[in-house]
Amino acid sequence: MAEKKKRLHMSERTVEDRIRDFEEVPLGYTPEQAMEEARRCIQCKNPLCVKGCPVEVKIPEFIQLVAQGDFDAAVKKIKETNALPAICGRVCPQEEQCELKCVLGVKGEPVAIGTLERFVADWERENVKIRPQTTEHGAQITGKAKVAVVGSGPAGLTCAGDLARLGYQITIFESLHVTGGVLNYGIPEFRLPKAIVNLEVEYVKTLGVEITTDMLIGNVYTIGELLKEYQAVFIGSGAGLPKFMGIPGENLGGVYSANEYLFRVNMMKAWKFPEYLTPVKIGKKVAVVGGGNVAMDSARVSLRLGAEEVYILYRRTKEEMPARIEEIKRAVEEGIVFKILTLPVQYHANSEGWVNEAECLQMELGEPDTSGRRRPVEIPNSNFRLSLDTVIVAIGNSPNPLIPTRTPELKTEKWGGVIVTPEGMTSLPKVYAGGDIVRGAATVISAMGDGKVAAKAIHNQLSKS
Amino acid sequence: MNKILKKEKLNESVSRILIEAPHIARAARAGQFVVVVPQENSERIPLTIADFDRTKGTITIIFQIVGATTAVLNSLKEGDEIAHLLGPLGVPSHVESLGTVVIIGGGVGIAEIYPAVKAFREKGNKVITIIGARSEDLLIYREELERQSNLFKITTDDGSCGRKGFVSDELKDLIAAGEKIDLVIAVGPVPMMKVCCDVTRINNIKTLVSLNPLMLDATGMCGICRVTVGGKVKFGCVDGPEFDGHQVDFAELTGRLKAYKDVEKKAYDHVCRLLGGSNL
Repeated sequence: MAEKKKRLHMSERTVEDRIRDFEEVPLGYTPEQAMEEARRCIQCKNPLCVKGCPVEVKIPEFIQLVAQGDFDAAVKKIKETNALPAICGRVCPQEEQCELKCVLGVKGEPVAIGTLERFVADWERENVKIRPQTTEHGAQITGKAKVAVVGSGPAGLTCAGDLARLGYQITIFESLHVTGGVLNYGIPEFRLPKAIVNLEVEYVKTLGVEITTDMLIGNVYTIGELLKEYQAVFIGSGAGLPKFMGIPGENLGGVYSANEYLFRVNMMKAWKFPEYLTPVKIGKKVAVVGGGNVAMDSARVSLRLGAEEVYILYRRTKEEMPARIEEIKRAVEEGIVFKILTLPVQYHANSEGWVNEAECLQMELGEPDTSGRRRPVEIPNSNFRLSLDTVIVAIGNSPNPLIPTRTPELKTEKWGGVIVTPEGMTSLPKVYAGGDIVRGAATVISAMGDGKVAAKAIHNQLSKS
Repeated sequence: MNKILKKEKLNESVSRILIEAPHIARAARAGQFVVVVPQENSERIPLTIADFDRTKGTITIIFQIVGATTAVLNSLKEGDEIAHLLGPLGVPSHVESLGTVVIIGGGVGIAEIYPAVKAFREKGNKVITIIGARSEDLLIYREELERQSNLFKITTDDGSCGRKGFVSDELKDLIAAGEKIDLVIAVGPVPMMKVCCDVTRINNIKTLVSLNPLMLDATGMCGICRVTVGGKVKFGCVDGPEFDGHQVDFAELTGRLKAYKDVEKKAYDHVCRLLGGSNL
């Protein structure tokens, strides 16, 4: 057995170096580092890490291949169950999933599974040309069953990839002009480079998946119309609807939803304005409302666009923030100011109708609520004003209502989520759904897990008939 | 895909293009719009579907050169392809048989009322159309609209064509003359729509306006198009573009439309340099 070694952490770019550009922050492993870290894995007979992975990546097997230096075999092993490893290696919350279950974590630090996944995916990108794929059971099914997938985000790409590997003819319909969904419009370049997203999408295309962009299902073709052409439909249309607080002044100039702000920057490349024609206006003092990953992303984007002071306004404390610990850590390092226990209640404007102050209440933590987190309670008469010129509201998104509105037979929860069985089946026969359209705003990997589950169910249904 | 089949200049700053778009033509209805991305680096801009032909698989859009992306769109020629075209978007107009419908268009809004004029006429309504612009050379779609209307009125600010004055003056006169109006639809610049609503509010005539807030994805994701209607926040792209004009907060809309005015100039200048000013 290998002697007990400490977990190897990736090196990162220095704060001064990184906060003025959109390049990635962590630098990844060298092959030597990857092999060294991989050797820490004790190859459990009953690996708990795999149980923590929504897409059941064969973790000990791929890590053993890394330890042996066979990176090509390692990436193939991952891709048996996960078509998007370069993405998962970067944005999965491994600390809550595979790495949380790793037995090394009981006494020390778990194996850096996510970093290893990232390493092999990056190694492949740099060393292997995309290879044409062969299907597993192609012979039986090819040319017969057709499945439509709505949305090219993580749920749709995974469902499409899995079904294509089984030999189905898949068409993905994407409403935007760029593929990838939230991977493209939501997560910033410095956390998930768009070149990587595009390559992973290209990989899914090599499996035989066709992607049609600029096609809004619901408006152009209804789900019912798709079913005349396709034997099954998977809806992965995401959590598109931004939430607002409904407080006075939220419609003033300078108040963005995080969706709008990130869409301008990530998808429309407003950071390259005017080479790209979509503008974004960023002031000197920016307040981001919320404590999730999207809030951290919005704050760190603001800094990179030249804001002088960036605040996070959050009504609880850092401990209750839903953002990943490493994202909070990087935001703090970069100089984002955390104003915790702070709740905006109104925005005030200058004479031009542009926001110039946030009126906030000071909060304190009370008893735990149903989510298990301590409930924030207002301190009476604690109002104070924060001077600023940009507000980004990052308090979450609801499921995109477009398809449910146009498909009245599709049953939804009161809060908008499409209701599905554990297999991903909706109330409509032959129609499946997964990802944020079902869960509300969740994670990339849970969406991928849903895509996988639905692909399995669709295969079961279609191979029976 | 998205090939420009025909392009015409309607006046100094307004062009009409016929685009091959069978999917959109198939599903389009009066009152809806498309998002146009003329080239890969362009903005996503919303433009009203001014006409569609399901059998030929074409749509018509009319646009005014007001900024960088419309300038790029205008630089495309017949035979060129538009990089991205998404639609139909928005809630279609609710077209029904009501009796007398007054449809008002101002500026480039004149072209945008054409599908509504056609649709309300087909439902057997008496359609009175009023169009207005600063001067005669800016009037578009005159013959098409006149042909479809029971009664057709023109106003110009300078009196170079039709009545000297505003569309709202013509509307006031219709009401004063005892015309029983069941619905007014107003499409055009925000001040024009607001004034029309002021006139109809005191006369208790239901009025629909087609709003033109800034948009980005135009599928309900970003919220930049939010407008306050009857005290509630609505998204112009998915809840609109048509709203009850008497409920719209026009002052807020005016403010939100100004958000990028200063930076837009920079993009426009950038595009003009690239295009060499040849098409403007």
